[in-house]
Amino acid sequence: MPESFNVLWVQSGGCGGCTMSMLCAEAPDLATTLASANIRMLWHPTLSEETGTEAVALFEQVLAGEVRLDALCVEGAMLRGPNNTGRFHTLAGTGVATIEWVRRLAAVAENVVAVGTCAAYGGVTAAGVNPTDACGLQYDGRREGGALGADYRSRSGLPVINVAGCPTHPNWVTETLMLLAAGLLGAHDLDVYRRPRFYADHLVHHGCPRNEYYEYKASAEKMSDLGCMMEHLGCLGTQAHADCNTRLWNGEGSCTRGGYACINCTAPEFEEPGHPFIETPKIAGIPVGLPTDMPKAWFVALSSLAKAATPERLRRNATSDHVITPPTVRDIKRR
Amino acid sequence: MSERSPADATTRLVVGPFNRVEGDLEVRLEARQGRVEAAYVSSPLFRGFERILEGRDPRDALVIAPRICGICSVSQSHAAALALAGVQGLEPTQNGRTATNLIVATENVADHLMHFHVFFMPDFARGIYADRPWFAKAEARFKAAQGTSVRRALETRTTLLHILGLLAGRWPHTLAIQPGGVTRGADARDQMRLLATLGAVRRALEDHLFGAKLERVAALASVEEIEQWRANGPEGDFRLFLEIAADLDLGRLGRAYDRYFSYGAYPGMEAPLYARGTFTAEGPGAIDTGAITEDHTNARMEGRSRPHHPFEGSTLPDPDDEEGYTWCKAPRLGGVPFEAGAVARQMVDGQPLIRDIVARSGGSVLARVAARLVETARTLIAMEGWVRELRPGEQWCAQGTMPSRGRAAGLTEAARGALGHWLKVENGRIASYQIIAPTTWNFSPRDAAGVPGPLEAALVGAPIRQGETTPVAVQHIVRSFDPCMVCTVH
Repeated sequence: MPESFNVLWVQSGGCGGCTMSMLCAEAPDLATTLASANIRMLWHPTLSEETGTEAVALFEQVLAGEVRLDALCVEGAMLRGPNNTGRFHTLAGTGVATIEWVRRLAAVAENVVAVGTCAAYGGVTAAGVNPTDACGLQYDGRREGGALGADYRSRSGLPVINVAGCPTHPNWVTETLMLLAAGLLGAHDLDVYRRPRFYADHLVHHGCPRNEYYEYKASAEKMSDLGCMMEHLGCLGTQAHADCNTRLWNGEGSCTRGGYACINCTAPEFEEPGHPFIETPKIAGIPVGLPTDMPKAWFVALSSLAKAATPERLRRNATSDHVITPPTVRDIKRR
Repeated sequence: MSERSPADATTRLVVGPFNRVEGDLEVRLEARQGRVEAAYVSSPLFRGFERILEGRDPRDALVIAPRICGICSVSQSHAAALALAGVQGLEPTQNGRTATNLIVATENVADHLMHFHVFFMPDFARGIYADRPWFAKAEARFKAAQGTSVRRALETRTTLLHILGLLAGRWPHTLAIQPGGVTRGADARDQMRLLATLGAVRRALEDHLFGAKLERVAALASVEEIEQWRANGPEGDFRLFLEIAADLDLGRLGRAYDRYFSYGAYPGMEAPLYARGTFTAEGPGAIDTGAITEDHTNARMEGRSRPHHPFEGSTLPDPDDEEGYTWCKAPRLGGVPFEAGAVARQMVDGQPLIRDIVARSGGSVLARVAARLVETARTLIAMEGWVRELRPGEQWCAQGTMPSRGRAAGLTEAARGALGHWLKVENGRIASYQIIAPTTWNFSPRDAAGVPGPLEAALVGAPIRQGETTPVAVQHIVRSFDPCMVCTVH
């Protein structure tokens, strides 16, 4: 039996939703997936038997080097406040701020994985007035820095790996851990915000079932409409880096399949879009955020052309909550 | 951590990090002669969601509020949608209401399954119980993260959550629930798929958890019936729980105030599935939501001079405060603590078994866990009916406009009990947003009069075995409430 890949999981300024999501892993389930890669959870706040002193004893063993820590997974933002004391989250039973526990554990970890946008960049916990002075492990919003500092490298030489998402897809997390355990995740496998490229090199737009509406700019105008949500309802799917519409969630779901906008939750500072989430900001009628890699002039030209060419079927269905006009069935022998 | 001193002296224990609850929790205990004399419950994490919401477009609440909690995300979303609907004077469409019920119920049943199998039962698979006659079974089925029932329940939960993949895009953190209904309609094919999913969950629970039809569990009506079930009922994890509960006397462990309330769950055309109201020593009563207040005396919060109704409430953390022992405020209804949860819902609704258990020996670990299991059966049966009530082709979401000024409360029932959002809009922006979550009620600190919160009261008298630093009886009581700590303080 080869040595196991040991994971320790710590939660702080977040909602626990990335863990809740991870437990939805299926075909195979989470335990089987982890076992297949010989990944061992040393301790996880949701799953483990050990509570209180038993858990703290394990942390101490890790710090003392008695137990190898292959990956420290952190879920939730790091809370620096108030006044840099970290007291907005003191790890229960220890009297020590959780941000301090994370710094100590990160110093002995082979790899550090930020699970979710809060742990990666601060996320929703850092929104608005940021009451707790929350930040990510190695980012403060879009800026490098955060709780561990820009120069931090884990023992493997890698910076913090940002499995961003609010929440994360179960397989984004498990596949990251499996790749690490297999020694197959290097610096070049991370994108500019250090998200694993296996999911961040895709756009939410890819595989969105509303693509035909997008092509003809047949737009949804109100919640529950079937049309493309980019023009009016705040959808950022053409700019958001994730494979949600090809990987799918909870069986056959995704945000756009659920009838609401992609809010780009894998991106730093998604929590402050500068406009209401479900409303598209426009200048002179043109959405401010253009599809990724698309020149503005071409977008404007193509959009007006597409609008002029919109089939009646799409125009009608776009503003309905169910298909009114189905696609015409043609005799394929008579083209 | 503990300080030991002469045999009859007071021992102090600090228990934490308290895992297999959602979020972080610390419990301070004062014990004497092997019994807890006083308990102080501390929520060690503050994030300040109420402050984060202030100043935003009111509709943003549907993005921000669910992210308070990854396990009650949909309930938070529902409360926010209800508050927004209240400000807009909007009623959801009939389809919207039915689909919302399905979405909320899916999360609540998933949470009940998670609680029983993953959070609560693994404590009976601890080595400390190795001498009990039921231990071998408990260990095989409920060893933390490994037991056969733990793993099977997680798979069942994953299947169940496919309902949210279909109706809500994903779980957690969906925007599918809106003030006027839902963003995704269902067609007849979707109804078939939903019924198939619910059928799979029904079968898993009937085969393994109950060993019997859901209808038989839902109809349980007296303590005698569960005693019979324990003695010669169908083999399953429910029976194992009853066996353990009898052996460890869980029916007499963890009694709080026996004072319950519910905002009413799953609105219907005429009445909700589970009634709204209170249940106390005087029997059933109505809720006066105007009599809800939060007291900050022992919370590290400014605004200690007097308790506030949530419409007048504030969330200003006081980092220099050394007297407060938690970030959690102390909610009170009519000036006294109340317990929320499945047991409260079933007490208020009049489910005969739960009423009988509480009438005979008070609210307890047994009552809380039995209420969740009975409710799981009742809710799943209702869900099958709701799927059939969906009307493809009819409207799913009513549209409204947000006035620049207004206020409303969004009151719903999360898995863990009564959840309220109190929203004030001024100049088209959120002027104030106050949230009281179920565990805020249950894990409340002492108030100005020194009256402990429900868990603090429930822990008094809990036995501590020789040498225990994290007493197992304390763990049973704490987990019997199914606490959600990230909701508690938010």
